[in-house]
Amino acid sequence: MSALFEFLCRQGDSTLILGQRLGEWCGHAPALEEDIALANVALDLIGQTQMWLGLATEVEGAVRDADDLAMRRDVWDFRNLLLVEQPNGDFGQTTMRQWLFDQFHVLQLERLCDSADDRVAAIAAKAVKEVRYHLERSSGTVIALGDGTEESHGRMQAALDRLWPYAGEMFESDAIDAELAEAGIAPEPADLRAPWDVAVDATLAEATLTRPESDFTQTGGRSGKRHSEHLGHLLAQMQWLPRAYPDARW
Amino acid sequence: MRAGDLKPRVADVWEWLDAVPDPEIPVISVVDLGIVRDVAWDGDELVVTVTPTYSGCPATSVIAMEIETALRDRGIDRLRIATRIAPPWTTDWLSDKGRDKLAAYGIAPPSPAGGPEACPHCGAKTVTRVSQFGSTPCKAHWRCDSCLEPFDYFKCI
Ligand SMILES: [Zn+2]
Repeated sequence: MSALFEFLCRQGDSTLILGQRLGEWCGHAPALEEDIALANVALDLIGQTQMWLGLATEVEGAVRDADDLAMRRDVWDFRNLLLVEQPNGDFGQTTMRQWLFDQFHVLQLERLCDSADDRVAAIAAKAVKEVRYHLERSSGTVIALGDGTEESHGRMQAALDRLWPYAGEMFESDAIDAELAEAGIAPEPADLRAPWDVAVDATLAEATLTRPESDFTQTGGRSGKRHSEHLGHLLAQMQWLPRAYPDARW
Repeated sequence: MRAGDLKPRVADVWEWLDAVPDPEIPVISVVDLGIVRDVAWDGDELVVTVTPTYSGCPATSVIAMEIETALRDRGIDRLRIATRIAPPWTTDWLSDKGRDKLAAYGIAPPSPAGGPEACPHCGAKTVTRVSQFGSTPCKAHWRCDSCLEPFDYFKCI
């Protein structure tokens, strides 16, 4: 597998799995406006998935399409971040997960707009406009709930504490990242950590939330070496129909 | 195109496309929306280049189908719809005619200030955002503080 293919799967798998997670809220969110917002963010992410995984199959040689990648691979072939496969929990936990990822996603896409690969730059330029909008909403909601009632503050702090060990994986760099950085295609994830820290600390301060002390991080999602047990359940839900009825059309 | 037929002029094709309604906001056309980026003949094949609005907008495939149907009805048999994502679609590409039609329909047109300039129902300038998202990916949900009516705002991106 080429490094570029691997990178594109990492991009597309994270947006796909997070999109699927958000879709689980459809019809269940605490207010109609939130329900619609979550579904709209999910839609953007799944649209971005079609572009990333579509380019992945093009790079691979068009032996399969984006739907094949999404629906016919198993846990060990997925390259999404561990953070995005974590269960929704309550609305606070979903919002916290979204914000931690959105803040990273914006910084990453802004860098990818200057990619040496025109196709990558074009997808990033399209996606970053949508993701800035996502960040505006998720950071605003983190502040509103963090600096809200005693109940909402407690839940947001608990969500932050629970999800923090999954944040560090976004900034891990391996041999694939080094190869792409060398070619000018994508930034080293580690380089995004400092600007992310600055932005995250500013929002946490406004939200009156306390950043966890330990930066211990779980790892294994984007390398595919060890996903959490949650991904298998998510895939079973997402993939059962195309697997039970291969090539079904409607 | 059948052999011997004259190829329709590109300007006529633009006019026909300007009669194809956006499936979600039928008062404006796909040309008003700014998503038709190019119309050109490639030999005897007509190529219509379309830029999607939002990545996951479910209307994108419907729009391609409606463009195809409208042009086939005009006798164009050899037709290709090409998708172009760069430069990305922006609400700056909405036509002035489209902006006027949106407002008349009750949807506040996009504004660089980040929110509607006025209530599309009564014209009052005092409006409040209800939600950043709305009934379709391209809209947000606002309310007028004067007439108290809710309305859609076409997001500015
Ligand atoms: Zn009004």
